[in-house]
Amino acid sequence: MTISPEVHRRFRVAAASQDLLDVAYDLIDTPVGSLLIAGSRRGLCRIEFDPEPNPDLEGLARAFGAKVLRAPGHLDPVKQQLEEYFRGERSEFDLPVDLTPLQGFGRRVLTELARVPYGTVTTYGALARQAERPKAARAVGTVMNRNPVPIVLPCHRVIGSTGKLVGYGGGIERKEALLRLEGALT
Amino acid sequence: MMVDVQIPPFERFYDAHCEEVHAFLARRLGRDQADDAFQETFLRALRAYASLEHGQALRAWVYTIAARVAVDSHRRQRNEGQLEETPVEDARPAYAELEYLAQELPHTERAAVVLRYGYDLPYGEIGSALGSSEEAARQAASSGVRRLRRRRAE
Repeated sequence: MTISPEVHRRFRVAAASQDLLDVAYDLIDTPVGSLLIAGSRRGLCRIEFDPEPNPDLEGLARAFGAKVLRAPGHLDPVKQQLEEYFRGERSEFDLPVDLTPLQGFGRRVLTELARVPYGTVTTYGALARQAERPKAARAVGTVMNRNPVPIVLPCHRVIGSTGKLVGYGGGIERKEALLRLEGALT
Repeated sequence: MMVDVQIPPFERFYDAHCEEVHAFLARRLGRDQADDAFQETFLRALRAYASLEHGQALRAWVYTIAARVAVDSHRRQRNEGQLEETPVEDARPAYAELEYLAQELPHTERAAVVLRYGYDLPYGEIGSALGSSEEAARQAASSGVRRLRRRRAE
């Protein structure tokens, strides 16, 4: 005797709609593979390539609280905007993002990153200058690598000063695929 | 030995215990009532989850919640079936009294005592709540009771 999917669904909907969760998450399929997406009470707080639920959920619990539950319906706006983005119908995300676990330089750099327009690229050095730490290109690289919400905060648009793509938290092929989708690479 | 066990993400806790809690409620209440009681159990668990101090004995913990939900559900059904007013109970129900008394017992003994004497569960059920055997549940309940007696004598 097992629980019907409807019973699971009802519980997950009730938990999210009664505002009982620290984090609601879901798994979605996209052209760049499966993604884990997660939202806190403040907004989108995580996008993870190649999800591995156990360590990912532990990380979310440490950062935002232990009440972490898969609650699909709750993330519909995120899902919808990502789908539009991958269809090439959306060039800007209109979503609140929760960067509260980040402070100082990291947060500053991600705020600057959010302004890099669709279809363009910038460099680690340029981003460092915008964050008023012109010598910190390498530290900007580290911040990009730990970007909690890739794609929505577009670290794929940041490349080396010689034009090389350099690296990407989700793997260089994905960086290339995203830039191609946006028409920044041909 | 007390080991500080971290509280797991709720999803992991839910995934680990949902099947057995649902089966337990179906046995206590019947299939029809079990689905609602199941939802209520895990919503109550979620509300209390942030105030847990460690991740020990979570299985016994969720069984005590489920047992209480089952009692509430029985009582509601009984009340719905009656037209005359039910007398107000002036004493705390047995499980509430016991939960209070048993607060200082070690987790396993506490859960065994509360589930046995507060909710009248058979030892087989308590064993599965504690992740141990029927015999181990019986021993935990009786050593819990002995400990309570000693405390009262002090």
